[in-house]
This record gives sequence, structure tokens and C-alpha cells, in this order.
Amino acid sequence: MYPELGQFALILALLLAVLLSVVPLVGAITGRDNLQAFARPLATGQFVFIALAFALLTQAFLVDDFSVAYVANNSNSLLPWYYKFSAVWGGHEGSLLLWILMLAGWTLAVAVFSRRLPTVMVSQVLSVLGMVSVGFLLFIVLTSNPFDRLLPNVPADGADLNPLLQDFGLIVHPPMLYMGYVGFSVAFAFAIAALINGRLDAAWARWSRPWTTVAWSFLSVGIALGSWWAYYELGWGGWWFWDPVENASLLPWLAGTALMHSLAVTEKRGVFKSWTVLLAIVTFALSLLGTFLVRSGVLTSVHAFASDPTRGAFLLGLLAFTIVSSLTLYAFRAPVVHARSSYGGLSREIFLLLNNVLLVAATLLVLVGTLYPLVLDYLDMGRLSIGEPFFNLTFSPLAVAVGLLLGAGIFSRWKKTDGGWLARQLLWPAATSLVITAAALSYYGSFTPWAFAGLLSATWVTVATLRDLWLKSSSKKGRWHGLRRQSRSYYGMVLGHLGLALTMAGATVVSNYGVERDVRMAPGDTAEIGELRFYFAEIGSRQGANFTATYGRFEISSDGEPIATLFPEKRQYVVQRNMMTEAGIDAGLFRDLFVALGEEVSGDAWAVRLQYKPLIRWLWLGALFMAAGGFLAIADRRYRIRDKVAVSEPAAPSASNPAATAGTREVLS
Amino acid sequence: MRRVLLFIPVLLAVTLGIVLFAGIGKDPNKLESALIGKPVPEFVLADLHNPEVQLGPEVFRGQVSLLNVWGTWCPACRDEHGDLVWLAEQQGIRIVGLNYKDERELALQWLDRLGDPYQVSLYDPRGELGFDLGVYGAPETYVIDPDGIVRYRHVGVVNEKVWREDLEPVVLKFREDS
Repeated sequence: MYPELGQFALILALLLAVLLSVVPLVGAITGRDNLQAFARPLATGQFVFIALAFALLTQAFLVDDFSVAYVANNSNSLLPWYYKFSAVWGGHEGSLLLWILMLAGWTLAVAVFSRRLPTVMVSQVLSVLGMVSVGFLLFIVLTSNPFDRLLPNVPADGADLNPLLQDFGLIVHPPMLYMGYVGFSVAFAFAIAALINGRLDAAWARWSRPWTTVAWSFLSVGIALGSWWAYYELGWGGWWFWDPVENASLLPWLAGTALMHSLAVTEKRGVFKSWTVLLAIVTFALSLLGTFLVRSGVLTSVHAFASDPTRGAFLLGLLAFTIVSSLTLYAFRAPVVHARSSYGGLSREIFLLLNNVLLVAATLLVLVGTLYPLVLDYLDMGRLSIGEPFFNLTFSPLAVAVGLLLGAGIFSRWKKTDGGWLARQLLWPAATSLVITAAALSYYGSFTPWAFAGLLSATWVTVATLRDLWLKSSSKKGRWHGLRRQSRSYYGMVLGHLGLALTMAGATVVSNYGVERDVRMAPGDTAEIGELRFYFAEIGSRQGANFTATYGRFEISSDGEPIATLFPEKRQYVVQRNMMTEAGIDAGLFRDLFVALGEEVSGDAWAVRLQYKPLIRWLWLGALFMAAGGFLAIADRRYRIRDKVAVSEPAAPSASNPAATAGTREVLS
Repeated sequence: MRRVLLFIPVLLAVTLGIVLFAGIGKDPNKLESALIGKPVPEFVLADLHNPEVQLGPEVFRGQVSLLNVWGTWCPACRDEHGDLVWLAEQQGIRIVGLNYKDERELALQWLDRLGDPYQVSLYDPRGELGFDLGVYGAPETYVIDPDGIVRYRHVGVVNEKVWREDLEPVVLKFREDS
């Protein structure tokens, strides 16, 4: 009976979502407060019923209710309970349900944390979120019901969760990623609401900013978790494959990064409004596109999901409706008049504009690379394989350029920056980062142009960020006082930029100086990478909960000093009869040692992959820094203080911000 | 006039939508090759093991073969390699390897280490034959009949299931015919 209750809860949630998408909006347009007052209760109700459905599906997994088709396909009685829990989003239907739960959660969060916003704005934003929710609830109820039963022939046991997904990384990776994807729906809803009522002003930008930043932070963590998971679980030791599904998560991240910076300009200076609102729409559109690419199976990927034409067509329809209608709205309502505030050639506005240009270029590049096979196929122009070489060759220069620009941009001022002054500011950071880069290159022992460019860019960002912090924090009352005087959003920016530098340094070093050796080894053999000796001590076997494993014991030493003992495994999963490679990894801040057991070649010899991965942890550490920076930034006091002002402010923005005043006037001219 | 420019995004989105719509329902793992029913394109490629030996389409004559496109740069190829060895050694299937956009040294090391399922190995560092075949990405596996005609194309990893369900029926059919 519980699964039926779950389905019923979904249908109720759908009805509430329909009401949410209509009633408050009508209230906002006709100015009837009693209708607008429904917005928050409807958002809450929607969340409650979706959460109930999610809880009931989880319960079906935990009690092994194999009469539910989705449970039977994705679980097994032998599965440990925590994987039964994460198996809820291990397949198509459940991950959609998770998607919708996140959306309802974000909607609820907007309802709760918007007490200080004008009622009209809140009603419109919640209505737009309701519309998105209606689309996806319809999708799940009509094409992907997770509660479908297998009656009367209930299977005795389930087909088990894909072993690739039986892993800690996969418990947390999808929720984080979806929090990011779906979180951009809030920025989208604010943009649409602002277009509808024609108020694209500084206040709108300020309200959008924290939501965008939080979504972006979650997405950063989600992508990093995915990369980390691929590194240790797929067994090849790679951390990014330019796989369509990975690209699908990178696209909204790149666009979202551009959006965050563009929102800052719109809030502070009242310019770039059309551009910012377009970015808000595009960022969410790319999130939806990502969902479509993953869920429709139009592209081949390691994330093998079944292709189902009905689902693909429905999703595409949903995508098309959302994107085309919002872009059409944009085309008719976006302001086209130049903002009145002016800015000079070296102003911070220009630097942020260039940042946006580069990020959008990177987004387009990844988009084109990902969809290229589809486009060629459509045009019947034959097929070409596009792969890592294309992305590495084209993406890396953009990343380096973003870093170089960032270092200079940090010192720039709004409106106008004196060129000579800026050059003097940059002299020392440039010299310092050149020296550090040279030192790092000589430590790793070889020069390649890409290693040089990547490391220079990373150290340049670091040095410039720290120097800016140093200059800003100088105070007559001492350094400590100066440091404490800086706002949380400033520290958020510092952390975010340092995180970017960490990730860039990690990516550069591991790609250029990582060593990978594929060797044939039998127990008793030794292989070497530089000074590291890998001794294959023995081969053994063990029994896991739902698999049997063959493991090797590898003793690693350097100059006779033992460093680590690793136990790479080959696992045979009982139910799905899959072989999985579990790599043995000795993780460290400055290097990872990685041993993966390949095939048994002959007799007792094995194909073994040995890897030395310098600074690979920095990749993910950097993403954590970025996310921490994002969360720190939204904890800034000004959001709480200014929001109070915002209630009375929108019509007449403060005199200290003339651009915003200009902004409200020029809308819809 | 500037208003008109604002319509560019929506036009781009619509175009993209049409392309995506065309892609729905096509299983990307079952790309129809334009070559099915036609002979393998003409080629002259060096033997992977022996750079002096030049090979041509005659390597497919006389027996049903699988043509497997692989490279050491391709992680999925590593996944399927064990299954190819199994096919060659346990099932006695003749497999012709096309080492695609790769380096000879690396490829030989790989075969030495993981086992060599290929009766014939073609070395195609510039992807010439790959281009003529319309290779979409490695790994790909073609079934070639004894007359050198392409009969089936599989994009993606070959494993026991793919073999049983997709490739084996085709192989058996053309083995009987000959």
C-alpha cells in the first residue's frame, strides 16, 4: 500500500504545483493580496508531499519491497543498508524524484527566506518555480513513475544496484550536483519575475546573488565529487574524461561562474543588465540541457542510462518550452538602452566583462564539443571523433587567460583605473609568481610550455589575491584589526580565487608531471617509478557483502624506507556478474600513489597499472575552497541588513548608488 | 534595431532543439554505418608488429572476422580487452585489430601486457582507415564477412552480453553462408 500512497503524494504535489504556478501570479498581476498570500503555503505543501513520496520510495528500498519495479531493478537484499538508501537515486526514476525534491526544497527555501522581499516579487518567483515543478512532476508521473508495481509476479530478489554506484562518492555526488543544477532555477525565477514586471535593477541583482552563489557552491562540490569518484572508482586513475555527462555538469558551472561575476557588476554599478538576465536564463537552460543529455541517452557516455524515446521527447518538449518561452520573454522585455553610468577602459567593469567573455567562450566550446557528434549526424556530414585532445587544446588556453586576467582584475577599481598605477601594482606579483613558477618547474625537473603557463597563471592568481588582501588589511590599529575589518563576502572572494588557483595548479602538475606505468607483474616482482619501488608481495582473495574479491598486496618504498602498503582489488559482484577494479591509493597532499590490478595475463602474472600523481588532491581541495568561499560570501552581514532596507528601497534606490536609480528608469524604454 | 539582436538567443535555442530532437530515439551505440553491405574501404596500412609489412583489405578474405578499433588512449578499450582475449582464445573468433590514432610503442606494450587477441593488427596512426570507416570513437567493432563486406557495426564496449545478443548471430549467419 505504501507505494500507492507515494504515487498519490506525487499527484497531490502536482496539483499543488499547478496552483502555485497560477494563483500567486494572477494575484501579482491583478494586485490581489489574498491570492498572493497562497504562494508560501502552496510552496510548503508541495514540498511536504514530494518529501513524503521520496520517504516512501526510500522505505520501499529499505524493506526490500521488490514488488516495486524500480526497487527490483536497482536493489538487492544483499545490498548493505546505506547503498539501499543511495540506490533510491541510482536509476532514472529515483534520480528524477531527487531532482524534484531538490526543486521543492529550493522553492521552500525561497518562501522561508524572502520575508523581506516585496510580496509581488515573491509571488512571481514562487510561481515561476512552480511552473518548472509542474513540468518535471508531469514528466515523472506520466513517463517515469518510480512506484510502478510488478504484480502479480513479484521477483524473489532484486537485480542489484550497478556496482559502479556502490560507493560512498555516489551516495553524495548526485545530491550535491542536483542541488547545484536545481539551485540555478532560483536565479532563473528571479530573472523571469524581473522580466515580467519590468524591474531589472540593482535590487533584483542583489536578491539573486546569494541564491546563485549557493547553487554554484553546491555544483562545485558536486563536480569535484564526481571527478574524485571517477578517479578512484573507474580504476583508470583519470580525473576528467570530457565525457558528455561530465561536460553537462561543467556547462552550467561555467555559465554560473560568469553569472556570479556579472551579477556583482549589475548590483554594484547597475550595468550589464540585459547580459546578466540572459546569463541567468542560459545557466538554468544549461542545467536543464544537462538533465536532458543524461536522461535521454542521445549521447554515449560512461553513465550508461537506457535510451527511452518517449522520455527523451517529453524532456525535450519540456526543455524547449521552458527555454524558448523564457528567451522570447527576454527578447521582448530586456532593456536595450545603454546604462548611464560610464566606465573607462581599464575599469573593473571591463575586467569582469572580459571574464564573462572568456567564461562564455569556454561554455560555448564545451557545448560545441559535446554536441558536435549530434550536429554532424543531423547534417549527415559523416562522423568525426572529438575527444580529449580537442578539449585540452582549446580549454587550457582559456583557463590560463581567465587566471591571468583575474590577477590583474583584482587590483582594478570601478569606473576607472589608472594604467600606470595598475602596472606598478602588478609588478611585484608578476615577478614573485615568475620566481615561484620557475622554482616549481625546476623541482619537477622539466619545462613544458603548458606546465609553465598553467603554473604561472595559478601562482599569479594566488600572489595577486594575497597581495590585495595584504594591502586592504593594512590599518593604523594593526594588521589584525585590518583583517577583521574585511567583510565576509570579501573573504569569500579570496577563498574562491585561491580555490581556483589550487585547482589550476593541481590540474597542471598532475597532467604534466604525473607518471603512469603499465607493467606485467607476478607476486615477488618489483617495479619502479623514479625512486619509488613497488613490490608485489602477494595475491589473495576475500569475501565481501555482495562480492568476492581478488586482492594484491603491494609494498611501496622509497630509498629502502617503507611508505605504504596498498591492496588493489578486482571484485566480482555476485548478482550482476560484473568485474570491478578497486584501485589501491595512498593519498597525500603533495602526491598520490595509485595501484590498480588489471587482467590476469598468464600463470600468476597480472597486468598492473602504477601511477604517481603529484598534487592531484589540489584539484578537489580547490573546489572545496571555492564552495567554502561561496558559503562565506552569502553569510555576509550586508544581505541581512540591506534586505531590511530593501522593503522600502526598490522604488527609490539609495543615493549612493546612482546607477541603480538610472537602472529603474531605463527599464522598458 | 538593437531589439532584434535580443532574438538571437531564442533562435539559437530553437536550432539546437531541432538537432536534439533528431537525436532522440537513436541509440548512439547502434549507429548505422553507411558502409553496411559495402566492402571495407581500400587501404594500405603497416602491420603493427612489423612496420615493413604492408596490409590491405585482403586480410578479411576467406573467414568471418571482427574488426576492432582500439587505442591505448581509450579507457573503454581497456575494459573490453579481456573480453576480446576471451573471444579469440575461448571462442576461436578471428579478430583483426585496428590500432587507431595511437603510438606503436605504447600499443605493443599494451598487447604484450594484456594479451593479444588479434590475428592481424593494422597500425593506423593518422586515422586514415578510421576516417574512411566513419569511426565515431573507440572502441568500435565491425563484423566483416569472408568477402570483405561490412555486415554489422557496434559502437562501444564489447562484452559477453553484446557478443551473445548482437555480434554472435551475425557472425554465425555469415559463417554458415560461406
